[in-house]
Amino acid sequence: MLKASSLAQYTRSPEWATKAIPNFCEVCFWKCAKWVNLDEDGNIRSLKGIDDDPHCNGRLCPRGTGGLGMYYDKDRLTTPLMRVEGGDGQTFKEVSWDEALSFIAEKMNSLKERYGPESVALFNHGSSGKHFTHLLKAFGSTNITAPSYAQCRGPREVGFKMTFGQTLGSPEPTDIRDTRCLVLIGSHLGENMHNGQVQEMSDAIDQGADIITVDPRYSTAASKSRYWLPIKPSTDLALLLSWIHVIIEEGLYDKDYVEKHTYGFDRLRHHVKRMTPEWCYGITTIKPDLIRKTARTMAGASPAVIVHPGRHVTWYGDDTQRTRAIAILNALLGSWGRRGGFYFSEKVKIPSFPTPDYPKAKWSWRELLDGKYPLAGLSVSQTFIEASIAENKSEHPIKGWLVSGTNLPLTIPDNSRFEKAVQDVELFVAVDTMPMEVTGYADVVLPECTYLERHDDLRSSPHRQPYIALRMPAVEPLGDSKPAWWMARELGLKLGLDAYFPYEHFEEVLEWQLKQLGTSMEEMQMTGIKRFERQNPSLYLKDEEVPYYNTLSGKIELYSTELEQHGFDPLPNYVAHPEPPDNYYRLNYGRAPMHTFSRTSNNDYLTDLMETNTVWVNPRVAKIWGFKKGTKVKLRNQDGVVSDFPIEVRITERIRWDSIYIVHGFGHNNKKLTKAYGKGVNDTALITKVMTDPIMGGTGMRGNFVTFELIEEPENATI
Amino acid sequence: MQEEVIISGRNIPHIDPHLEIWHWPIPVYLFLGGLAAGILFFAAYYTIRGREDELPTAVKWSTFLTPFLLIIGLVALFIDLKHQWYFWQLYLTIRIESPMSWGAWVLMFITPLSILWSASYVKELFPGWRWKPDFLNRVEELVISYRKPLAWIMLFLAVILGIYTGILLSAFNARPLWNNALLGPLFLTSGLSTGAATIMWMSKQHHERSIFARIDLILIGIELFLIIHLFMGFLAGPEVQLEAADMFISGAYALPFWGLVVGLGMILPAILEVLELRGVKIPAAFPALLILIGGFIFRFIMVEAGQLSSYPY
Amino acid sequence: MRYAMAIDTKKCVGCSDCVIACQIENKVPIGYCRDWVTETVVGTYPDLEMEIRSERCNHCDNAPCVRCCPTGASYIDEGGIVLVTPNKCIGCGACIESCPYDARFSHPTEGHVDKCTFCVHRVKKGEQPACVSVCPTKCMYFGDINDPSSEISQILSKRKYKVLAPEAGTRPQVYYLI
Repeated sequence: MLKASSLAQYTRSPEWATKAIPNFCEVCFWKCAKWVNLDEDGNIRSLKGIDDDPHCNGRLCPRGTGGLGMYYDKDRLTTPLMRVEGGDGQTFKEVSWDEALSFIAEKMNSLKERYGPESVALFNHGSSGKHFTHLLKAFGSTNITAPSYAQCRGPREVGFKMTFGQTLGSPEPTDIRDTRCLVLIGSHLGENMHNGQVQEMSDAIDQGADIITVDPRYSTAASKSRYWLPIKPSTDLALLLSWIHVIIEEGLYDKDYVEKHTYGFDRLRHHVKRMTPEWCYGITTIKPDLIRKTARTMAGASPAVIVHPGRHVTWYGDDTQRTRAIAILNALLGSWGRRGGFYFSEKVKIPSFPTPDYPKAKWSWRELLDGKYPLAGLSVSQTFIEASIAENKSEHPIKGWLVSGTNLPLTIPDNSRFEKAVQDVELFVAVDTMPMEVTGYADVVLPECTYLERHDDLRSSPHRQPYIALRMPAVEPLGDSKPAWWMARELGLKLGLDAYFPYEHFEEVLEWQLKQLGTSMEEMQMTGIKRFERQNPSLYLKDEEVPYYNTLSGKIELYSTELEQHGFDPLPNYVAHPEPPDNYYRLNYGRAPMHTFSRTSNNDYLTDLMETNTVWVNPRVAKIWGFKKGTKVKLRNQDGVVSDFPIEVRITERIRWDSIYIVHGFGHNNKKLTKAYGKGVNDTALITKVMTDPIMGGTGMRGNFVTFELIEEPENATI
Repeated sequence: MQEEVIISGRNIPHIDPHLEIWHWPIPVYLFLGGLAAGILFFAAYYTIRGREDELPTAVKWSTFLTPFLLIIGLVALFIDLKHQWYFWQLYLTIRIESPMSWGAWVLMFITPLSILWSASYVKELFPGWRWKPDFLNRVEELVISYRKPLAWIMLFLAVILGIYTGILLSAFNARPLWNNALLGPLFLTSGLSTGAATIMWMSKQHHERSIFARIDLILIGIELFLIIHLFMGFLAGPEVQLEAADMFISGAYALPFWGLVVGLGMILPAILEVLELRGVKIPAAFPALLILIGGFIFRFIMVEAGQLSSYPY
Repeated sequence: MRYAMAIDTKKCVGCSDCVIACQIENKVPIGYCRDWVTETVVGTYPDLEMEIRSERCNHCDNAPCVRCCPTGASYIDEGGIVLVTPNKCIGCGACIESCPYDARFSHPTEGHVDKCTFCVHRVKKGEQPACVSVCPTKCMYFGDINDPSSEISQILSKRKYKVLAPEAGTRPQVYYLI
């Protein structure tokens, strides 16, 4: 029976002997291992990074340090909720876990009968997904999707796979701490707080490495760069091709490496022949001699040079081709598999806890692609949404949604499709720690406890050295919130899937896995992390070694035969993208180091640092519109969508006159988020024009333009 | 363009976006303290010069106000404290480098002294008066017999009371508007001027009134000289002082300061007093009130504007 | 022994981890801070320069806040660290007026004046202040500048540096490497 729990029910360990409990962070995806320090009363006092963990080296980022705000947030979900039928449809009632899970199980079985188990899908981002993935697969569905693919890094995975025969993975194996030249084109490292990479960038600066930043905005990284190229937005591919041109024509490429490791050089040379810096200048507004200078700097540092692949690369719909160009450039510079470039990462293979084989699903997310996006390596989230819309009459309809750890309305662009799908879906279960916007659309809301209160799978991320990290609860779950593994198990039991959950408590699974790996729960509780030896001791290519690359030609493909096979350009081509109409400005968005996604905007500590976003406006533009310090405006996009709330203008020289910039993750319109409600603008709501990448389905989001809606009459406006 | 922003969300009450940690209680105290200092100074001075009977308001009757002025001032200061019930810590130590410490001790002595002084004249006002309990009558006798030494002490304390607040403000490196050597003398002069104006207003004798009108004229003259000297110093000083002066030349304080404080609070009363000395009948209340109001507004503006002036970096 | 801090503006990315770590370590109330991060941008697009600085009390050699305190609550401890004894403080606000860096504030619930203490409780145990120990870019240095072999002395001897508002005459001891 379900009842309020004491910590003892969740672990069979004795009373805590130490006051520091190991965990790894869940605020972003970097997963830094940390100690949770408890005070005398057993409350969480502070969080501190584990010294030997290569993700953080003992130093957490502000979100990691402020993670206790997630635990202490007074708006947290603490009981299961169910939508009350009738009325305004916006009321939820508190229910017991039994009632909520029984309801879900009943619905799932009903959907299974009428549409097949495949009709139930999971949207996920984070550790809880692993548990629901196991549940769904046991149920008979492999329709599992993470928006981090098609809405974020998917294009670069395909771009690099086409070139080097392998995806980049996460974290990217960039050897920043030993590089002599870091080229950031589409990365605002320092504002995006990828902990380990920011630390390594700092080390690189100490060692006198050059940084070259390409960004229409004067980012923090740009301020630390030797060269900042203030590029006209949407023209990055032209710059990359022009750099390739200079490096080839001036003979600056790594000749030996290119000859031995790559395929297609002559065709590449021919392709970029006319893409001179002068040609590029007309497109990008970057002066030709700066293009040449930066190309020479890059090449001079070769092979210890990194052209960073970026992270969120879904911009204009030709993103796979753009990341292909980045991969080609890296290959020419000989940085792949070399010190200061890209190393070969390894991770620990965690043994799977023995359960019966999953039933075979009749169809999967591949069928949802409908013949499009042939090179998508993972599921494409928006296709799940389209398959859920009744009007689309999909052959493979999705009828039930399980959403965990992702706030879909602030993640997937073109909210109108999501809102349509939500009407048609028969079951919508949202699992979250906070009353985020997505929970307002659900039929059932299940309160998850934060990462500080639960067990999860061992962390095993690829890095220079394979490590595992343990997550275990430091305190009891707040209220009636529960860990995802418990929810998955209880639901599994109700669905008759007992065989797949042959344990009472997830700690048993961890103990078994740790034993298989040659350690134990006791040891991990003492150290938090454990280091393993690499299978292949060498981080880089050995001299004269020419490995087999997993491409059709067995070499690094500068000219992509696989893309050619599927009818796409084997070599990237620059295509001009639409520009903002008069009085409109391109909507650029990005990160701030004290926030991540939309999940930290209610955190007391982090909002104390940054409470809301502001819209960056160039002073010339501000003058035209009559903006002064403190002016508030609303934003309206090219399709007439207006932001819910006003936003304050930041008049700064750091942004180009044809663009504006806001930090993502604000503009929350769920009143239950008392701190975040009404603050700033939600950029996702203004992204209604989506430029989809035909190669793998990435949703390009940078093609939206906004204008200002004034709140009061300004003085001296010339508009 | 130069842009400076705080990116870690700092918004400390009363400090951001600009300092305003001292509110109305401080100018109220500065005014009352200066006024009391002025009155007590003249009382002590003319006692020493032996002119008690010639100038009774100055020596005797105006001092009746001072205990109330000082106590109300102290209450205002107490209200301003943020850790109030520890106020007695002020009296466990004396810190030579802190003008506020001098002030605390001076107030500690001058307040009872002003009570004793004014109480010792009660019998002159109400002839049949006897203090109860009885020992207070002997205290009164002591006060009267030691009148001159007490006057010297009171003179000394009154000068410190009048000048220390100016020195206190001028010791703040961080506030360019205050950080100059003229503020002490200026506050003292202003305090004396308000004291003289009060005595002039209260006095029933034409002779006394005209003496104090003349004293006031001289004091206003000195004040105007010091103010001009102050601004000459600002305009010849470093950038932060130019910016401080700018608040009073082309900024928000220009009109209130030159119009109300200097114009209506100093020049107009001076003209009226000259006219009165020439025989034109003007009710004494009028220039006195202008001087008093001008004195208060002066301190209010100085406290507020001083907190706005700062070091940009 | 003279404690001082050096901060490398070339490496600081403005993440404000130092602010949060201090807030949690020293139980600074939300809405207040003992340290903060400023960003200065100079120039016109695209000829720009930007400096990011983490600021706090500078523990000045010629501390005006210590001079003006009427009760002696503000004092200079061993190593030059400027501290406040909470129950000697009357909350008069003079020290807040006297600081050119706006480093002090009035504690909202306790009433006394509060500010950065260089985490003296950690320093006495041989640890670094919370902000220095958490900084992900390792751009902060803390130590004894009278000891020529300390890390901070070494870095100050190699790099150009500045202090904030030197013309205010306070002789601050937080150095910014530029």
